[in-house]
Amino acid sequence: MKRQFVDLHIRLNPRDQKTAQGIIVKAEKLGYSKVGVPNQENLAGQINNWGLQTGIDFVSRIDYKPRNQEDLTRFLRKYRRKYEIICVQCENKETARQAAKDRRVDLLNFPSLDYHKRFFDRAEAELSSKCQSALEIDIKPLLVLEGPHRTRLLSMLQREVALAVRFHVPIVISSGIFEEKFLRKPRDMASLGLLFGLGEKESLDAVSTNPVAIVDRNREKLSSSFIAPGIKLLRGGKKV
Amino acid sequence: MKRTKRRYLALQLEVESIPSEREIMDSIWAAVTRLFGEVGASLTGLAMIKFNVERRIVVIRTSLVSLLSVRASLASIVSIAGSDASVYVLAISGTLKALYARIE
Repeated sequence: MKRQFVDLHIRLNPRDQKTAQGIIVKAEKLGYSKVGVPNQENLAGQINNWGLQTGIDFVSRIDYKPRNQEDLTRFLRKYRRKYEIICVQCENKETARQAAKDRRVDLLNFPSLDYHKRFFDRAEAELSSKCQSALEIDIKPLLVLEGPHRTRLLSMLQREVALAVRFHVPIVISSGIFEEKFLRKPRDMASLGLLFGLGEKESLDAVSTNPVAIVDRNREKLSSSFIAPGIKLLRGGKKV
Repeated sequence: MKRTKRRYLALQLEVESIPSEREIMDSIWAAVTRLFGEVGASLTGLAMIKFNVERRIVVIRTSLVSLLSVRASLASIVSIAGSDASVYVLAISGTLKALYARIE
């Protein structure tokens, strides 16, 4: 079966709709079938039009940087049923651990530049493995950074990916771009997985199978016929 | 001696101004060297085969063992000769004949 390619993290600037449209058209041209746009309510009308024009399936996504555990729990309670993908940007250890053990979180993202704030260690990997949250890796910093900064980032990513593979944590490779020039073909983006120790198949899964599985799982949960995992409403009966 | 297996790659360039063949190869070599070092780059056996200026398609050759490294390096290119650029792999093949058939 032909692979479906997904980029779950394309940042569109609502104030620059021309660039935003250019990115979407290019994503379609490069072979993406689904695209995740964070906080897309600012572009709601446009996104529907672009979806119709290009045939791209937009995935609603929200990114959040919680201050503490309570803040994260409150946020999840409020938004879990409204968005298909919830990504938590972990800025401290407390929220990183809480996000990893909460089943409502889909993606864990860590800051690329501040290495002290990358909390994906053994404990984090174990927790996320139990709760099916995936580790998201943005490739934009790899394209933008140079020299020692990129070397340091690659070293961190190699360590994190090795842990993720060991504990069977799904890995999602996204672009994290806001400019057209950084958008890459899905297979080219997957090839960058080699730099942090992913094999060819694992890299391709990180841009297709893994994100598709997350989107499908959440769409099923958000559908009106969903009752509980494994149980869904096929047909309604008459009220007596 | 065992023959080295090679792969030919057709690349689509997206650049503001058209670079020369030398500038393209320099940026590819620079990208490979940055990511894999001089020893890694020396194992790739990179060579320019053809540059179609009108269609902005470049055909290069590399050894099969370093195909993945070269592909990752190509994805990391963000500028050629000082202007913004993106490089996309259009097709990969073991023979030039098959490669040209695929990009025609």
